[in-house]
Amino acid sequence: MLECWYSLCDVVLPFSWLGHAFMKNALLAVLLVTPLFGLLGTMVVSNRMAFFSDSLGHGAFTGIAIGALLGGIQPLPAIIVFSIFFAVLITVIKNKSRISTDTIIGVFSSTAIAIGLMIMSQGGSFSKFSTYLIGDLLSIAPDEIAMLCGVFVGVLLLWLVIFNSLLVISINPSLAASRGFNTVAMEICFAVALAVVVAISIQWVGLLIINSMLVLPAAAARNITVNVRQYHFYSVLFAVFSGVTGLIFSYYWNTATGATIVLVAAILVFLTFAVRSRISI
Amino acid sequence: MTPNQRHPGPCRASDCHRLCCTKVENFCVTLGNKKIFQDVNLHIHCGELTALIGTNGSGKSTLLKSILGEVRHSGTLEYLDAKGKRSGNPLIGYVPQYLNFDLSTPTSVFDLFMACLTRLPAWLFAPGNLRRRVGQSLEKVKASHLIDRRLGALSGGELQRVLLALALEPVPDLLLLDEPVSGIDKNGLELFYTIVSDLRRNYDLSIILVSHDLDLVARYADRVVLLDNTILCNGTPEEVFADERTRKIFGMRLGPQ
Repeated sequence: MLECWYSLCDVVLPFSWLGHAFMKNALLAVLLVTPLFGLLGTMVVSNRMAFFSDSLGHGAFTGIAIGALLGGIQPLPAIIVFSIFFAVLITVIKNKSRISTDTIIGVFSSTAIAIGLMIMSQGGSFSKFSTYLIGDLLSIAPDEIAMLCGVFVGVLLLWLVIFNSLLVISINPSLAASRGFNTVAMEICFAVALAVVVAISIQWVGLLIINSMLVLPAAAARNITVNVRQYHFYSVLFAVFSGVTGLIFSYYWNTATGATIVLVAAILVFLTFAVRSRISI
Repeated sequence: MTPNQRHPGPCRASDCHRLCCTKVENFCVTLGNKKIFQDVNLHIHCGELTALIGTNGSGKSTLLKSILGEVRHSGTLEYLDAKGKRSGNPLIGYVPQYLNFDLSTPTSVFDLFMACLTRLPAWLFAPGNLRRRVGQSLEKVKASHLIDRRLGALSGGELQRVLLALALEPVPDLLLLDEPVSGIDKNGLELFYTIVSDLRRNYDLSIILVSHDLDLVARYADRVVLLDNTILCNGTPEEVFADERTRKIFGMRLGPQ
């Protein structure tokens, strides 16, 4: 499978930056993961969940530490399991309690990061985890790409099924309940999807900027769209565009790929914001 | 239907044999230590517009939410259709007081309808036949020109009419309207009441309307219920507005008499 992709790259995109196999892997990973950021980001921004998605990164960070502590298991399963647990916990407590959502997320987020840092720094071994702060997209391995394919298909299918409910809930939960939508179940589905995408991406994108990948493409798309179809189209387009452009720039400039991608996305937000004031919508 | 039949006074169980009706029995809601209201009994008949009035914090919106099943409550809700065949939970249409959504959200009126009416993913495509159906639905509330507008760009009155059209799709057994305290101008309110009043006749709907405009209530409602911890007063607008307790609570010189 991967061989086909390599020869396709050689034929269709015979550029020097794509000469190495690791760049071809990275490009494929970007093409798989950025559309997911674009899709999920639309609802993160519409539901004002930027702080929640930020905390998922912290949850994933603790997952890494716990995975390392348990030793035997691979870090990735530990990250995914812990992130899902973390996301479901916050969503359920948020719905049960009358304390403000921000406070609940803040408490859990800082608890998670504190536990993670304590485990990681134990015995002065923190430096080997620092790669998770910045991420390293170029180190992605073929079997990880296969898993990305699975997640890509899974999230896409989920989005086909739950998007309508999420949209009505984001407009008004009472209205959604009156029309028979199960609001809590849908919120949990969405939180789990977000947690999985964040968990698998964190080692390539890095904890510090993973939230920007979710928020920026959607924020840029909102500036120039009036309905959900345009919103999704531009959000995915911007996410993929900044992913690919950022990857190329990071190759030539020799900078961290994740950071370069985010910078391109941020420029798109500013550009669309400038356009927005001209076309009033 | 003569006015007398429409206002049968205190409800008896036998009323339900002739008309479809919704019975709210012994509703009581307690939040934390505070009793929001208790012993609320209501019989609402088809084709009847019941206005719920009361001061701020008297539990009007909470009553609607407990009928919706969103707020935990004691007591029962029962629905019987005209022939007494179908009973159980009524199909409820609901127009919320506030939406409280992000005003810059890129969601059009059509998107909201599509997300409510179908399982087809609204982010992927917009089928033409659904567009026509939504257009017709909006036509009922004189809002078909708003189909492609962003929700956040609608005025308070426009948004209220759009939500009314949505609540009527499909036609419910019971329509609950929670009117915003502010944000709608007098003309917008007047138009809204005219439309609701027409709908009640055309579709033979049972409507409960939480209202803050006593003048309009006096003109359009068939029955007025004064809520303050429990139902203080229940009858025709004339009866309720003439009542001592209503006058005391609103401290008013009412218009209609």
